[in-house]
Formats: sequence, C-alpha cells, structure tokens
Amino acid sequence: MNLGVEQAKAWIDQMNELFQQQKQYLTELDQAIGDGDHGWNMARGFQEAVDKISSNRYEDLGTLLKDVAMTLIAKVGGASGPLYGTAFLKMSQVLAGKQEGNEQEWIAALGEALAGLKARGKAQVGEKTMIDVWEPVVMFLQEKGQLLAREAAQLAQQKMEETKTLEAKKGRAAYLGKRSIGHIDPGSASSCLLFIAFAKVVES
Amino acid sequence: MKKLINDPLRVVDDMLEGFVAAHSRQVRRIPGTNVIVRKDAPVKGKVGIVSGGGSGHEPAHAGYVGKGMLDAAVCGEVFTSPTPDQILSAIQAVDGGNGVLLIIKNYTGDVMNFEMAAELAEAEGIRIAKVIVNDDVAVEDSTFTTGRRGIAGTVFVHKIAGALAERGASLEEVEAAAKKAIQRVRSMGVAISPCIVPAAGTPGFVLGENEMEVGIGIHGEPGIEKVSVQPAEHVADGLLARIVEDMKLDQGDQVAVMINGLGATPLMELYIVHKRVAERLAEKQIRIHETFVGEYMTSLEMAGCSISLLKLDDELIDLLRSPADTVAFKTC
Ligand SMILES: Nc1ncnc2c1ncn2[C@@H]1O[C@H](COP(=O)(O)OP(=O)(O)OP(=O)(O)O)[C@@H](O)[C@H]1O
Ligand SMILES: [Mg+2]
Repeated sequence: MNLGVEQAKAWIDQMNELFQQQKQYLTELDQAIGDGDHGWNMARGFQEAVDKISSNRYEDLGTLLKDVAMTLIAKVGGASGPLYGTAFLKMSQVLAGKQEGNEQEWIAALGEALAGLKARGKAQVGEKTMIDVWEPVVMFLQEKGQLLAREAAQLAQQKMEETKTLEAKKGRAAYLGKRSIGHIDPGSASSCLLFIAFAKVVES
Repeated sequence: MKKLINDPLRVVDDMLEGFVAAHSRQVRRIPGTNVIVRKDAPVKGKVGIVSGGGSGHEPAHAGYVGKGMLDAAVCGEVFTSPTPDQILSAIQAVDGGNGVLLIIKNYTGDVMNFEMAAELAEAEGIRIAKVIVNDDVAVEDSTFTTGRRGIAGTVFVHKIAGALAERGASLEEVEAAAKKAIQRVRSMGVAISPCIVPAAGTPGFVLGENEMEVGIGIHGEPGIEKVSVQPAEHVADGLLARIVEDMKLDQGDQVAVMINGLGATPLMELYIVHKRVAERLAEKQIRIHETFVGEYMTSLEMAGCSISLLKLDDELIDLLRSPADTVAFKTC
C-alpha cells in the first residue's frame, strides 16, 4: 500500500480535528503537571497547518510535510513546537521528491522523526515525555516491516497510559519530581492522537 | 481578574507598542515581529547579543536592550518561549559580521526554540554561540534531568557579556565571559502571593493567606516547600544560606548582590530584605562590591523576591562597572 500527497493531507486534517476536539483534555493534562498550554498550543498550530496546506497544491510529500513543519515551528510554541516541527521536518526530508511513499518509506520517515525528536529534546524512554510513545511505536513498525497502523495506534494508547506510572525527568513536569507520578504525560497524549489519526487514514 | 489591559490576547503586542513609544531613543521594534533591537543595530564588527523568553518578566528582557548589554530581546507570549522564526529575525537584525551570542534561560521550551533558531542562522552563514543560564539553586542540578532554571541572575550575564562585546571582543571571548558569569551566579526566590497569566484569568498556583512558597520559579513553578509566612530576616537568611552554600563562598570573597522584586513587592520590603543580606555577608566577611535593589526579572504581579549573588574577580568587576545605557539598567 502506498500513501501519497492526498493521504498525507488527510492525516494532517484528521490530526487537526482530533486536536480541536481534545484541546480541553490535553490542556487539563498539562495543567496537572505542566503549565496548561499544551492543548491550546496543538490546536492553534495544527489549525494553522491545515489552513496553510489546504490552500496549496503539492507535487511531492516533502514539500507538503515541510510546510507543516515550518508552520508548527512558528505557531505551536512551547516545547512541543520545536519537537513536532522537527519530527515533520525529518519526515519531509525522507519523503522529499516523492509523490507517494510505500510502507517502508513511511516507516523510515517515522524512524527519522523519532531520531529528530530524541536529538532535539535529548530525552530517553522512561523520562515521561512523548518519546515514551514514539519509540515503542516506531520500533514495533520497524520490527514488523509493515505499516500496521491500527496495532501501532493501540500500542500508542497503551504506552500513553503507562506514562502515568513514570516520574518526569524532562520538560516542565520534571520540576514536580515524584509529584508528577499518577498523571498522563500531555505530550504522550498528543502523540497518541497523531498515531490514531494515522491509523484512520491508512484504514480508509 | 483585575488588570489594566485591553484584551488578554493582545497584552504583549500592546506592551511592546508602548515600550517603543516610550523609549524610541534607545530601541526599535522589527516590524511584524515581537523583537526589540538596539536603535543602531546591527553594530558593525561587534558581536551581537540576543536574549529573550516569555513575556511577563518586565523589565526583562527588552529593558536590557541598548549599549553595553543586549542587541536584541525576543519577546514570547506571556510565560511562553518565543518561536525560532522570531529568534532568527533577531539574530539577522543584530549580526554585525562577527557572530551572535544567544543567552538562554534554562527551560526546555526556550532551549529548543533557541537551538532551532541557531541552526537556521548557521545555515545562513551566521556564526552562533549559545550559553544557558541556570542560576536557581532551588532546583536540583543534574545532567540527567531538565536541571536548574534560569532566573534573575541572568541579568548579570547580560551585563557581563554585553560589556565585553561592546569593547570589540571576539565571539569566543564573549562566550567565555558569559560562561564564567554563569558559573559564578546563583539565585533563589520566594513568593508570598501568586500571579495571573492574562489569557488564563486565574492564578497559576494557590497560596493560603499565611503561606509562602520557598524556591519559587519565575513562572510560578513549585519551589522546595510551602511554609507559613516568616519575617523578612528569616526569609533572607534561608535564601542566602542556600545560595552561599551552593557557591561555596568563603571569607574574603567579593560579590555583587541583586535583590529582585517579583512584581508586587514594594521597594521598602526589598530594602528590608537587603538589610539582612548585607549584615549576614558582612559577618561572613564577604565583601559586597555592587548592590542592585529593584525589579529586574519579575513574574507579573507575583509578590515576593529573589536574591542573586555573583562571585566577582577583577575581570568581572571591571565588566560590571563598564558603561551600559539601557531602559532598565544603567551604569556610567
Ligand atoms: N526534552 C523533551 N523531549 C521530548 N519531549 C518533551 C521534552 N520536554 C517536553 N516534552 C514533551 O512536551 C510536552 C509539553 O509540551 P508543551 O507544549 O506544554 O510545552 P511546555 O513545556 O509548556 O513549553 P513552555 O514551557 O515553553 O511553555 C510534554 O508533555 C512532553 O511530552
Ligand atoms: Mg505546557
């Protein structure tokens, strides 16, 4: 199965829809262990990204994803702006010049996105950040060698839930130390929505 | 919420318009951005110095733009890091051909946004150096975590780096001086009442009528503990003890002292705090070279203060005293 420009656009649209629906929830998660801006940040950034790409025609995935990345970098702010911006920028580099990507190419793009996230935020698994969702999901896809998007989304959900048990070591929540235990990490929740949106597009 | 504003979502823009209207002799705003630069930027041949962060800490950082300190301040939304495109505009506007130093306070968002901007600028051929200020001793210092926050001590770093840059030093020299200042500056604060982010409308944390938060961050991040309100002497003793211990200050050392108001604390109270700080340092035979009492890095209308100490040597004394002409910091 190949995913092209139209599917990538649908993915961004789908993510935006989820972020608009869930912005209150994400913000509540961030109020518990951060500064309460995560839902607004994501909703604002993805609305801008959708506005940007819906008015343009794209010949290749690289240009499309780069526009998304640059919009997120400029409009999301906080920690998640540069993080999600970097993830989409890395994907755009892998998929540059391609009208559509096959399963391996998309898995490679997600792998580079994860590498970019880790380089930008210097976080490892277990530190209660979005890496706790991204790394197991990407590793799962790489192991399977197929774009098993629905299983990936289920795994994302499970990993998001598991961040509850972790103590934050990176990001704003780290100032709370042990007091961060018992809460879901907001960035893991938004990353989970990203993979849910991906699954919806792959399945349709 | 009771505030003198027009629209909670326009506070930063409205403030910056007022700021440049008031201080057009020293600064201007880059059109279409929230970047305040020196009137005469870029200064040819001089290392440019850019700092910034969320708004709500006035006079930081725009108040430190001018001769002898910053070339540009990038002003984010209230308590939110500015984005890389804004930081890049600042870098481009102040690059005088000899590179640009970024002075970043240690918050995850700030560090990542400034690093992205640095990469974009380097891709354009601008030489960049970055330093990260982490003076807040209330937070555990660890390379495995986010680490200490940057708070009021950052103003000393602006002053030291700015003074050396003004003398025509190289990017490497200015970076080294900034790092030296960072190694030698420590701060800690206390809040007795919280602040309200305009767009949020409600206090970011709560303190009982008789409570204070020791080790508060400048965005209302939790500190070490909530305790019942104490006399200024005890507060000063507590903050100072932690700072002095962390810095390993000894008899005979020389320091600069900053007693910084967090926004709603009258100067009277800041001087009352300083009285004790000065007495205590004298007892320890630590010599105060320079003292700064006032609002340098606020947290909207939070009440409370922070104490910062910078351990001096001859080079730092010289740089601290050299001329600066900015809205909020002047030496001549
Ligand atoms: N170093 C990091 N690496 C990976 N993810 C991180 C890191 N730091 C924070 N995050 C993720 O970012 C999320 C918070 O994003 P948010 O948009 O709320 O930024 P923020 O911390 O509030 O930034 P700011 O303090 O500048 O407002 C966290 O839940 C976490 O998943
Ligand atoms: Mg947040």
